[in-house]
Amino acid sequence: MQNEFPKAPSAEALADLQTREQDAICVNESTLNHPWWYNFKYAAWGILFGIVFVKAEIVSWFRIQEMFRFESFHYVWRIGTAVMVGLISVLIIRRTKARTIYGEEIHIPAKTFNKGQIYGALIFGLGWAITGACPGPLFAQIGAGYSVIIVTFISAVAGTWVYGYFREKLPH
Amino acid sequence: MTMIETLKQPWSWYIAGALIGLTVPYLLLVGNKTFGISSSLRHLCAACMPANVNFFKYDWKKEAWNLFFVGGIAAGAFIAANFMSNPEPVVLADSTAAYLAEKGITDTSSLQPSEIFSWGNLFTLRGLIFFVIGGFMVGFGTRWAGGCTSGHAIMGLSSLQWPSLVATMMFMIGGIAMTWLILPYLLTL
Repeated sequence: MQNEFPKAPSAEALADLQTREQDAICVNESTLNHPWWYNFKYAAWGILFGIVFVKAEIVSWFRIQEMFRFESFHYVWRIGTAVMVGLISVLIIRRTKARTIYGEEIHIPAKTFNKGQIYGALIFGLGWAITGACPGPLFAQIGAGYSVIIVTFISAVAGTWVYGYFREKLPH
Repeated sequence: MTMIETLKQPWSWYIAGALIGLTVPYLLLVGNKTFGISSSLRHLCAACMPANVNFFKYDWKKEAWNLFFVGGIAAGAFIAANFMSNPEPVVLADSTAAYLAEKGITDTSSLQPSEIFSWGNLFTLRGLIFFVIGGFMVGFGTRWAGGCTSGHAIMGLSSLQWPSLVATMMFMIGGIAMTWLILPYLLTL
């Protein structure tokens, strides 16, 4: 087995990372180049995630209505629990300097503030209450058989594209 | 109650919350990935229609893991909906049910109200608002914000990033404003 460490990323790879990092919180921080089928690890967790989305009714438009009308707080507690579990996990990972299963150092990029987190987030919030879905549940609703959500999904991809097109003209 | 019957019931918020939270360490430990879903929409743009826009000119294959993850979400939802589904109607808070009934939305037999989310509504004003405009705002807004509920509210807050707290608060403000001020009108269209 070849040892892939340590290897400094090339200037080209760094420039590419900079573009990928724009307006993104989830960036592939790994410098390893694995065959494509290594990605099934993420598909496997996605499957579990999709099951949870449907079984906990997170994908339901009704549940989003309940939350925003302050008539049921399950959704808020659920996000709260998720954040608590995530927070403790990140704390443990940072304290123990845990490495990935491939031995890489774990790196969580710091977010910098920009105005998009106000304007963009507000637009998303408005849209969220209409569609009853954030991006994750869109995939789950389609998988669960609500085929008309394909239209919502295509529209969301179009929204992302239009943002990319006008990005330099928008306040950040 | 057998195991299967238990699984078919709606899952409680703490089990769902814990499993969602565990996504954060899972992704970090298996591959140094930070959790987020809305970026998948951007990778699809980069893969299918980069159109020489700088924002889409990057090696999207490096982020293909994200597309596998969302593909898994759709597959998991398919499994849950077809093999683990709960035949009972959605149990709503009484006040929500009463309010929606007043607006003509009474079909709680499935997770989505058929009065809104059906193909028959596609070429109506309702379809334009709920599918096309709503979807556009989700895609445009999340990208401008730099993340959605998963990236900002879960990953961002888990790693104590204050810009994510700002974004999460704005998500909620937007959602509450739409629900109380605009949606009551939109539902009558």
